[in-house]
Amino acid sequence: MIIASQIAVLPIITPLILAPITLLLPKGRASWAWATLVSWLTFAACSFVLKEVAQTGVISYHLGDWAPPLGIEYRIDLANALVLFLVSGIAAVVFPFAYRSVQLEIDERQTPYFYGALLICLTGLLGVTVTGDAFNVFVFLEISSLSTYALIAMGARRDRRALTAAFNYLVMGTIGATFFVIGIGLLYQATGTLNMADLHDRLVGQDNRMVQAGFAFIVVGIGLKLAMFPLHLWLPNAYTYAPSAVTAFLAATATKVAVYVLIRFFYSIFGFDFAFMNAAFTYVLLPLGIAGMFVASLVAIFQEDVKRMLAYSSVAQIGYMLLGLSFASAAGLTATLVHMFNHALMKGALFMAVACVVFRCGSHSVQAFAGLSKRMPYTTWAFILSGLSLIGVPLTVGFISKWYLLQAAFDAGHWYAGFLIVASSLIALIYIGRIAELMLLREPASEGKYVIAAKDAPLSMLIPMWALVAANIYFGVRTELTAGLAEQAAATLMAFAGGGA
Amino acid sequence: MISAGLAIPLALAVPIIGCLLIWLADKSPNLREGVTLVTGGILLFLVITVFAAVSDGGRPEYHFIDVIDGLPIAFKAEPLGAMFALIASGLWLVNSVYSIGYMRGGNESHQTRFYMSFAVAISAAMGVAFAANLFTLFIFYEVLTLSTFPLVTHKGNADARRGGRVYLGVLMATSIGLLLPAIVWTYAITGTTEFVPGGIMSAHADAVGPLAGVLLGLYAFGVGKAALMPAHPWLPNAMVAPTPVSAFLHAVAVVKAGVFSILKIAIYVFGIDFLHETGASMPFMWIAAGSILLASAIAMNKDNLKARLAFSTVSQLSYVTLGAMLATSMGVMGGAMQIAAHALGKMTLFMCAGAVYVAHHKTLISEMRGLGRVMPFTFGAFFIGAMSIIGLPPMAGSWPKFFLMLGAADAGQLAIIAALIISSILNVIYLLSIPVQAFYMNPAEDGEKATGAKGAGIKWGALKEAPILCIAPPIATALGGFLLFFFADPLYNFLTPLIGVG
Repeated sequence: MIIASQIAVLPIITPLILAPITLLLPKGRASWAWATLVSWLTFAACSFVLKEVAQTGVISYHLGDWAPPLGIEYRIDLANALVLFLVSGIAAVVFPFAYRSVQLEIDERQTPYFYGALLICLTGLLGVTVTGDAFNVFVFLEISSLSTYALIAMGARRDRRALTAAFNYLVMGTIGATFFVIGIGLLYQATGTLNMADLHDRLVGQDNRMVQAGFAFIVVGIGLKLAMFPLHLWLPNAYTYAPSAVTAFLAATATKVAVYVLIRFFYSIFGFDFAFMNAAFTYVLLPLGIAGMFVASLVAIFQEDVKRMLAYSSVAQIGYMLLGLSFASAAGLTATLVHMFNHALMKGALFMAVACVVFRCGSHSVQAFAGLSKRMPYTTWAFILSGLSLIGVPLTVGFISKWYLLQAAFDAGHWYAGFLIVASSLIALIYIGRIAELMLLREPASEGKYVIAAKDAPLSMLIPMWALVAANIYFGVRTELTAGLAEQAAATLMAFAGGGA
Repeated sequence: MISAGLAIPLALAVPIIGCLLIWLADKSPNLREGVTLVTGGILLFLVITVFAAVSDGGRPEYHFIDVIDGLPIAFKAEPLGAMFALIASGLWLVNSVYSIGYMRGGNESHQTRFYMSFAVAISAAMGVAFAANLFTLFIFYEVLTLSTFPLVTHKGNADARRGGRVYLGVLMATSIGLLLPAIVWTYAITGTTEFVPGGIMSAHADAVGPLAGVLLGLYAFGVGKAALMPAHPWLPNAMVAPTPVSAFLHAVAVVKAGVFSILKIAIYVFGIDFLHETGASMPFMWIAAGSILLASAIAMNKDNLKARLAFSTVSQLSYVTLGAMLATSMGVMGGAMQIAAHALGKMTLFMCAGAVYVAHHKTLISEMRGLGRVMPFTFGAFFIGAMSIIGLPPMAGSWPKFFLMLGAADAGQLAIIAALIISSILNVIYLLSIPVQAFYMNPAEDGEKATGAKGAGIKWGALKEAPILCIAPPIATALGGFLLFFFADPLYNFLTPLIGVG
């Protein structure tokens, strides 16, 4: 019974308390096994939360029994339950996957720190998602960011450029966090509260310079975190030089959580009464989303490094999510939530496939992929299937995303946006098709540094990767869990924010 | 005996099971080809079951799953789809026999992958044929594109890569860039993607309004497989594939899936009456007519036999589009019959082209002079197939031309009739000249290249025909085209529900 009443806090304290134990364990296998176990426990807790929320509605949990608005409240509705499920699910897949990849890419002495940091990062992301307190968001955001900086820097063993990438991200990330906390400070000044629901109540009718400035600071701060074009400059290097498993984890979770935070601030704190928000939708999110979709996609075509290519593709995909948001409709919000979930599945699988190539071939350069289908068929097909998902081919999750986005665009009367969405997908066809052609139709290198043995990645990597690929297809056909819940979540958020359907 | 409702999902599943068995039989070519043929036989049987049920007035259906609320993957057989499925499954069996002869005769590599891709593609074609809504149609349309990509790039060399890039690029760009938005737009306007006799647009005429033309344009060019100019470049570029693949693309499944979709959208989404009243289809009627003439003109200049046939296909496909866009019942009938007649005719021509390649490695028409005297059966079949494509009686191809002219007359478009006549004349020139040269002209006087026989008359003692498996199938389809001429009436009656409602 005790567990049942404490359920909302389980996803946080499980990894938070168990992570430091990783540091005490022997290097290598033991710390990995422990971290994996913790990630699975966390996933179990999050699944349980999702089930509870879906059945009984919003869970409100008062931390330390201090009642809000003074105490910290964890408030879980369908929207963040879905994100919790997604983030912990990706973690539960990435941790087992990481073992062999980390063995190759990271100094064995560092492994306890690595797995510990990864668990802390997971904790931070889950904390951001679960909390109903604006300042608490900042705290958890920093927990996840600080560990991320360390994780990216650990890529330095293979490529020293990881250090500058991590440092750049640290500078940009800190600026973002500072902006965010300044915004929170301004809102606090205006309202005297930090609890989200309370903020919403007290902001009603306030449309003064201070609140507007707070809003602007928060949007820019989160914009940096979620790599909103043109605040994305930290992302390509960070993703490229981080250890492969870290990239797979971050690409599938970190930006998604930031998008969630943006949604939460827009819909649960400001709401549609706040006139400034509509302007933000029309004049900030819509043009920046579209610009990101095209500029980043076009840049992706010309990359000579597959990880960097996928990183730019991520920036473009975030453009879709912002575009969905900018329609300011339930359909648009649904599309954003669905794409958030679906994009995590496809990008996770794609980066895992790259990690497999790095494992056998030691490189993520485009040339390393030549003739891969003859050497690593399972990896090749995982890459191709998730690539098709990225393009938006039917029977994959990418198609479901595109369908909802298009529908939202036509419903909102933005028919031109509908055509921009598909046009941008076609750019994805070019950069994915280029790699697919290399893998399928070229002969493998017979000399030089890209020669690899005809051997696929080990099973400990293939199984998690294919689990994600299978999810790409499963959720492309059965959408009750993703689109069904997202639709309900969007309807609740819209109703709360006071917008029309 | 299985029910027709069950036969539909089985028709999709059987080729997939066949595909897996082919994979397992990788090491034993005879077993592998046996699997292909048995799969083809079972599939044909299943489709005939459905066809018979539809012919009796039934509309067997099968609901698979709801992907999104209100968007199910569902199947429902109606006359047009049943006819397309019958043609595709029947010709696939013929094509498989031919493939065995061709691939073994040419010692091609990666044969297991080849047969596996074929099996997936035919399953997708069945999905297109029986789709109950636009959503399902789109899914299988894309599966068909992707599953034929390994076939087009089969040779794996630089040419194949380039051809494959254009093939996939054009088909995906049109389908994702135009067809998908068109479908979602239709869904946003009407709230459904169901195929309904009489169309779903007329009930929402106010909402559609002037958009009807735009939407129809998105569909007409979005279905890139229908190769309406300028969405045609994938077809000539796909010529890099082995000939059985070309036959599959041009006759069995791919282009037929395209024009089938166009007809289906015109009849069941817009409704012929709606198109007729709004006049939305008029611009596309002229584009189709232009496509017919222009592609024929380009075909005249091609010396490569397969390239000439490819442009001939582009031209012939636009007959179907034209039939749909005429927005008259006779036009629709002509378009539907053209699907059947062209399939048989073009199948014959391609298989003959492949037989010439297998036996003599000739691809240029100018090198085939005199070849008819050593390959009389092949060029005989080619002659019959060409007659059908041109539309000369007593070949099946004459009926669709006849109905299309009736349809054009109904619509009061005399210029369209003129275009049809001119096109037939162009066809006579560029198709019949091939067997005529092969039978009557002497080979060029440059020693080595000349494999054809000189002088007059067929040298019965010195025949150099392709393997029997490469000759029998084209002769069979040529005869099929001849027989279909006399069975036009049952086909007409079978298809009347299409125009009965409209």
